[in-house]
Amino acid sequence: MSRENGTPVLEVAGLRRAFGGLVAVNDLGFAVAQGEIMGLLGPNGSGKTTALNLMSGVLRPDAGTVRLMGRDIAGLASYRIARLGLARTFQLVRVLDGMDCRENIKAGLAFQKPHLPATEAEVRIDTLLDRVGLAGHDRRPAADLTYIDRKRLELARALAAKPRLLLLDEWLAGLNPSELMIGIDLIRSLKADGITIVLVEHVMNAVRALCDRCVVMSSGRKIAEGATADVLSDAAVVKAYLGGVAADA
Amino acid sequence: MNARAAGLGVLALAALVLLAFVPRLGNAYYLALAISLLQYTVLATAWGMFSGPTRYVSLATTAFFGIGAYTVAVLGEILPWPLVLLIAAALGAFVAAIVGLSTLRLSGVYFVIFTFGLTELIRQLVVWFEVNKSRVLGRYVFVDITQADIYWQLLALTAAVFLLGWLIARSRLGFALRVIGEDETVAKHCGINTTFAKVALFTISATVMTLVGAIMAPRWTYIEPSIAFNSMISFQVLIMALLGGAHRLWGPVLGAVPLTLLFELLSARFPNTFTIILGCIFLLIVYMLPRGVAGLFEKLSATAGGKATGRVAA
Repeated sequence: MSRENGTPVLEVAGLRRAFGGLVAVNDLGFAVAQGEIMGLLGPNGSGKTTALNLMSGVLRPDAGTVRLMGRDIAGLASYRIARLGLARTFQLVRVLDGMDCRENIKAGLAFQKPHLPATEAEVRIDTLLDRVGLAGHDRRPAADLTYIDRKRLELARALAAKPRLLLLDEWLAGLNPSELMIGIDLIRSLKADGITIVLVEHVMNAVRALCDRCVVMSSGRKIAEGATADVLSDAAVVKAYLGGVAADA
Repeated sequence: MNARAAGLGVLALAALVLLAFVPRLGNAYYLALAISLLQYTVLATAWGMFSGPTRYVSLATTAFFGIGAYTVAVLGEILPWPLVLLIAAALGAFVAAIVGLSTLRLSGVYFVIFTFGLTELIRQLVVWFEVNKSRVLGRYVFVDITQADIYWQLLALTAAVFLLGWLIARSRLGFALRVIGEDETVAKHCGINTTFAKVALFTISATVMTLVGAIMAPRWTYIEPSIAFNSMISFQVLIMALLGGAHRLWGPVLGAVPLTLLFELLSARFPNTFTIILGCIFLLIVYMLPRGVAGLFEKLSATAGGKATGRVAA
């Protein structure tokens, strides 16, 4: 709940998007402060991924504003938003299978402005490979990687541009318990570096361990917002999210 | 790697010099065959420059080829030759940029159909204009260009296309196109202006195709829309590039050369059953070489070199 001084990294207000008669995101509003990890929760179909797509430029909002570092980015093309410092991963992991790990990460930084000199770019790629635990795999084709390594590579590509804001769409989904611990540590280390993160996640242990605050959506609307522990015990949230059964995950 | 690139450069230059002497052989048949070979090599390589990395299958080759040929038919006698080529290139680039901007948002099969329709549209427009406005069915091409001139121009264009393709592959634009071909959504989120990258490459590729049409036009003394806009060219170029392997700059030439020779041989020996035999050969090619000849070479060299980069044949 603590809000630092200055402009929030991300400020969403009055965001709305309908698909035909279905309002997938309805009057959504929240803000994320510098260095914060904010959880975006809600049952399947509640509009979380649509919200991420509206923020990252995949979809155009029908109404509302999305401010990144104070600048309205709603409706801008994805590539412009990416160059302004927003990076994301995808619900179904997306790596460039026909390229090796090094090229995958290079894709994340080669098109940012200003362009990095080649030697600096190579150094940064090495650092990132090391950071996500893929050191030594740099010439390995992405198609040959295991599931968690594909997730690592996707994260490294998102980090390559040194984003101000990172959107993680169920990045921890599908990991086994030990991989989950590694994943949580990795995201925590990003926070330590001052990266601001919006985390869409169903793994409750991870949400508790990582998120400073949470916003909960249901049927496109925000139904709760606040410190993680408070939100997760909120009666309305428990009802919407877990169908009335107490959180046990 | 640099020594290897330099070696390849020297080799290419030597080949270029040797090939420049083909018209000196004094054999009209060989010269005609060499012109066909170069024509399809340039067209297939230009096709692969755009469609290889992006995996957008274009059937618009004929449209641009025809624009080039018709520019010569209309302006060839009025203006100096270099200026005619320049105007043809500019026209091709202009049409390509407009088409690119309006269609490259389409994906998959919609793009294929559009490019095919585009060729028909342009052809019908030319027919309509010629019949109703200029009141001719075809045009005579009387320009002072010999077969040897055509050959040398095509050879120069071949060299230029390979140099251009090599430069693009090493550039940021070339890398952007590979990322787009892998996953366009990811490309956008990496900060790639995908529309610009695709339109730029489509325009470059189409300009080259237009130039081929313009250079080839004097080979016919008479041009009409069904000759200049013969949609078989689009399909042949597509098949050549796929046979060779469009994912490599040097791939399409590996398809263009054998297939041009094959067309030549089959149409001479079996004039009536030519297309049937061709159809069977295409089926075999697609079945046995899904990644083209270039893919086969890569696989062989990977096995021979014991490299562990076992790329899956897609």
